[in-house]
Amino acid sequence: MTAPLPTLQEARRALDSDETSSLELVSNSLDRAASIGSRLNLFLGTRDEAAMTAAEASDARRAAGEVRSPLDGIPVAIKDNMVQAGEPTTCASRILEGFISPYTSTVVERLEAAGAVIIGRTNMDEFAMGSSTEHSISGPAHNPWNPERSTGGSSGGSAGAVSARIVPGALGSDTGGSVRQPASFSGVVGLKPTYGRVSRWGLVAYASSLDQIGVFARSAADAAWLLEAISGHDPLDSTSLPEPAPHCSEALDGDVSGLVIGLPREYFVEEGVDPRVLARVREAVGELERAGAKVRDVSLPHTDSAIATYYLIATAEASSNLARFDGVRYGRRAQGTEDLTDMYQRTRSEGFGTEVKRRILLGTYVLSAGYYDAYYRKAQRVRTLLRRDFEEAFQGCDVIATPTAPEVAFGIGSKTSDPLRMYLSDVYTVSANLAGIPGISIPCGFVEGLPVGLQLLGPPLDEPALLRVADAYQRRTDHHSQCPAEFA
Amino acid sequence: MAHITRDEVERVAALARLSLTDEEAERMADELDRILEFVQVLEQVDTEDVEPTSHVMPLRTPLREDRAAESLDPELALANAPAREGTAFVVPKVIEAEEEG
Repeated sequence: MTAPLPTLQEARRALDSDETSSLELVSNSLDRAASIGSRLNLFLGTRDEAAMTAAEASDARRAAGEVRSPLDGIPVAIKDNMVQAGEPTTCASRILEGFISPYTSTVVERLEAAGAVIIGRTNMDEFAMGSSTEHSISGPAHNPWNPERSTGGSSGGSAGAVSARIVPGALGSDTGGSVRQPASFSGVVGLKPTYGRVSRWGLVAYASSLDQIGVFARSAADAAWLLEAISGHDPLDSTSLPEPAPHCSEALDGDVSGLVIGLPREYFVEEGVDPRVLARVREAVGELERAGAKVRDVSLPHTDSAIATYYLIATAEASSNLARFDGVRYGRRAQGTEDLTDMYQRTRSEGFGTEVKRRILLGTYVLSAGYYDAYYRKAQRVRTLLRRDFEEAFQGCDVIATPTAPEVAFGIGSKTSDPLRMYLSDVYTVSANLAGIPGISIPCGFVEGLPVGLQLLGPPLDEPALLRVADAYQRRTDHHSQCPAEFA
Repeated sequence: MAHITRDEVERVAALARLSLTDEEAERMADELDRILEFVQVLEQVDTEDVEPTSHVMPLRTPLREDRAAESLDPELALANAPAREGTAFVVPKVIEAEEEG
């Protein structure tokens, strides 16, 4: 097996001192994607030739003293719901079989402009609908820490690829926790930025008012580099915020003295959560206290309503967004159909998997005449209350600390027969999407050999604070440096 | 708010242009029923005088300069078409008007 990939910072140093080349890094990355990646089912496709060519170009730039950014020459992976011109995008769905994108997403364009080398597309829950990366046309992704366990989802392939040292960094998308929860399960850093911080142009839409592209890496410092590369205003996305990309790296000085961490009491009730997970999270908060941070009780009183609110709004938006998959302009079309309606119905019924159909049905139902006010409108009103909860809580603290997930990685197949139980996996993560605020999950220890995630939430646009706290924690601990023995 | 019947599941499926097998419709009715029962937790929340949130950030309508710009090349736009003719997407014959919009 080829050498495990270094972190982004390590790779940059090795490139700058000519101890390695982009070609070597990318070729190691592709080798590991083919061996480990295949075994754990983390990738839906790699672009070996294009990646090697891009690596050679990067090496030429370095030789000429024209390095574009810290990411120049470094291999990264993208979730298979971000398009790149001339490459397939499947969203792990049968309905997009054979689709080749005619254009490139803003995030991919920015990564490439920074010199990063995209090696392939990672496994995910179909159309990002799921919490386990099991609802995929190519079958479940396996957790590098224990292949019988889930990577989490829906960006499980990206989380697993960073965890198994196949790439130093990867992109995912987070609609209700789909970056943070798999980061927690896979023992890596996962950052969901503020809604609008990163352009969604070229991200296949699931729930447009909640979707946000995020990053996976092994340290807060690495995550900061990736975020800086992909964020900032984009005229092609009308919901993209006007603010320029944040200078997060400058915030990483290890100093958290006087910073106030809020602990929402509703997240620390010992019900529906593994007490050992809560214990690891409390230990992590204790570590930050020793580093000089202050801890305060806060309240997010509408927490109990978050999952219901999320699943009503997300499915409503999904039912509308997924109407575009109709077999007319792209994707797979059912053959031998009688008329247009029959073609639509058979194309969609053959093309979508069960979880996607379930969410389209739920979304269509809650938007349909007679139910709109009782379900969808009601959920939008509760969403306002959830936003206010955070606004009030941040009056009294700088960041909020919670567990990322109520448990460590669950067994593959253990929740697929019970959709509602699966939905409850997102209990700690959905609120950030509903409120539009940034969140990060960082490794904070282990339970029975499986990683636990600490979630930090911040006010809108305060990714620098989240990364500062995460970095300070990582300077004092080594949980984030742990690697599944087999892949070290 | 209460139980979703199998008939309702089939009505909603038709609206969403999905066709379900008997077995699927049966199972979906059961699962959706449990999910809808779960979301009733929202009935306990007082939302009197609370404005709905459809979007978390203040949405502006950004304007661009009124100048022609390049858009997707028709050949590229048609490249993924399951069936095409010239610069058009081909669909099965629409014999009669659709029953609803």
